[in-house]
Amino acid sequence: MSSERPSQLFRNKSAKIAAIPMIVTALFVFVGGTAWTIVYSFTKSGLLPRLRWVGLDQYERLWSTNRWLVSIENLIIYGLCMLVLVFVIGFILAALIDQKIRFENTIRTVILYPYALSFVVTGLVWQWILNPEFGIESIIQAWGWDSFAFDPLYNADIAIFGVLIAGLWQGSGLVMVLMLAGLRGIDQEVWKAARVDGIPAWKTYIFIVIPMMRPVFITTLVLVVTGIVKIYDLIVAQTGGGPGISTEVPAKYVYDMMFQANNLGQGFAASTMMLLTVALVVIPWAILEFGGSKNRG
Amino acid sequence: MNHYTKLLSATAIVAATSASATELEVMHWWTSGGEAAAVKQFADAFNATGNTWVDAAIAGGEAARAVMVSRLTGGDPMGAFQFNHGRQAEELIEAGLLRDITDIAEAEGWLDLVNPSTLLDACTVDGRIYCAPVNIHSWQWLWVSHKAFADAGVAVPGNWAEFVAASDALAAADKIPLAMGQQGWQQSGAFNVMMASLLPSDVFTSVYGDKDTAVAGGADVATVFAAAASAREMAANSTVQNWNDATNLVIQGEAGGQIMGDWAQGEFAVAGSVAGEDYSCLPGLGTNPRLSTGGDAFYFPVLSDDEQAAAQAELAALLLKPATQVSFNLAKGSLPVRGDIDLSAANDCMQKGLALLADGALLPDVNMLVTPDTANQLNTLFVEFFADTSISAEDAQARFVDIIADAD
Repeated sequence: MSSERPSQLFRNKSAKIAAIPMIVTALFVFVGGTAWTIVYSFTKSGLLPRLRWVGLDQYERLWSTNRWLVSIENLIIYGLCMLVLVFVIGFILAALIDQKIRFENTIRTVILYPYALSFVVTGLVWQWILNPEFGIESIIQAWGWDSFAFDPLYNADIAIFGVLIAGLWQGSGLVMVLMLAGLRGIDQEVWKAARVDGIPAWKTYIFIVIPMMRPVFITTLVLVVTGIVKIYDLIVAQTGGGPGISTEVPAKYVYDMMFQANNLGQGFAASTMMLLTVALVVIPWAILEFGGSKNRG
Repeated sequence: MNHYTKLLSATAIVAATSASATELEVMHWWTSGGEAAAVKQFADAFNATGNTWVDAAIAGGEAARAVMVSRLTGGDPMGAFQFNHGRQAEELIEAGLLRDITDIAEAEGWLDLVNPSTLLDACTVDGRIYCAPVNIHSWQWLWVSHKAFADAGVAVPGNWAEFVAASDALAAADKIPLAMGQQGWQQSGAFNVMMASLLPSDVFTSVYGDKDTAVAGGADVATVFAAAASAREMAANSTVQNWNDATNLVIQGEAGGQIMGDWAQGEFAVAGSVAGEDYSCLPGLGTNPRLSTGGDAFYFPVLSDDEQAAAQAELAALLLKPATQVSFNLAKGSLPVRGDIDLSAANDCMQKGLALLADGALLPDVNMLVTPDTANQLNTLFVEFFADTSISAEDAQARFVDIIADAD
């Protein structure tokens, strides 16, 4: 075993040498940048980074700032709703398209198309659609239903759901395509066997097909969750954080602190908290996922 | 022989111009119609000196500031850049990135010329001058629409109290009593205008200048929060975002009035409204005519190239020359930084401003007294306060005191 190790290390020498610049860049940019951010979050850096230590002051201020707490709350609401709904909608769409329907390519393209638009365009489009003077509300009122009211972006209590609608419209298509690929990967024999046993289609999906699609679900989950945590441009384009501060999100807080308030320390503290949150979710999952597979293997 | 001298002199001219034609990149965020016309006055005057003004305009002050700072800290300085003077540039000066132009200021006699002298104080750090102020913008104006008040059947108000008293009549006539864009800087700006206009000046300076929390939490400031709460009710139906959209409501007579800085006048001018006939401007909300003196200034990064540095010095001196001050400020609608020039071409509202300037009825601008960090916290407080009627005036004041206590 030990005599094999050096040969393992030096196998594919040229490939490994070629990868060194990439490894160094990744370490320097990602790990180095992260460490640097964390270190400076303990300083009183303003417009420029400066090593003036203030201990945990930036974190104390962060957690006593109402806007940050509202941002976190919004992210949780948006994140949970988005996660559940995008999976449900995406999977149902994929299952429907998988019924060997006509014009499948056309329908698939139409549903995936919003994903080709940037969040800025999505945000502006939905800002207009949800505007009471130009959008859905005025159209339905013009049809004669005068008392109809639908203006989520102007009501602080539900504005975040107005953003959610836009996010779902943009993101569902991608989930659908990934799910469809997963469904196509399921052996037709499985379906035939289930039909022979007389299992209804919905039960086949839930108890047989979905568990078999686990890898696809995990890929999609990672894509959707990272998209949720970094949400910024949709908010800026659609609501600008308003009305009031009702649609603020953490990433926007970080940006505003760093580039508008000239308070880098506070921005770094907020981004460190974002990293910590992601790490708290990802690390246990990674241990479970990869630690488990090693035991199995 | 004759041809030979002609050729020689032609060569000499070419050589002379190419030697002095230094290109200087100037960054600013003056991109709207009136602003672009104003900055062209500077560019033309600078080009007339034989140098070349390379225009680098970036739309939006916040985006522009981010680019400027990253260029400076990244070691790729431009020739000159526009900034709001005050505390925004403080750290850049401390880091030694900006050029000390005290010698130019002394040679041009700015210390005696610049009126009010607080403008130059805002450019001064540890006794050295780092920027050239070019204009004065003031916040403390209430713009009222004559049409809206005529439609509502009430007299055009002359001060804030009359304006508030007329709000029910305006609402009954289907008007928005107070137009206000739903953005933090507009809302905290309006609050600061009330603080400056409804109370004696010393309250304003002790809250923002000395950061006195006893005054900030006191009964005087409580009356301003009460006024802000009534402004919140009056602006409840104003859902526009941008300040110029709100101004447009006043121009169209759909809203009674708006609290906004003197830059709003450009919108009235473009719409062809006449001061005194179609609209009135009330400095200090008509209650306490007094102006804060914020404005724009040019800063000059430290450059290693001597020719460029010489061009910077020429530009700095040029910006405050009487001729450039007149042409620039007439185009921009702002007030000049020197009191010794003739601005008889200015309209009614600008004349009111000039008279206040001459009387010395002045206040420092909030941005000169507080850091961008504190200003940002205030913006967040007022954007919450104006959007959410469940926040009482007392709660808002308590949070205001906390922000002032943390300010440095």
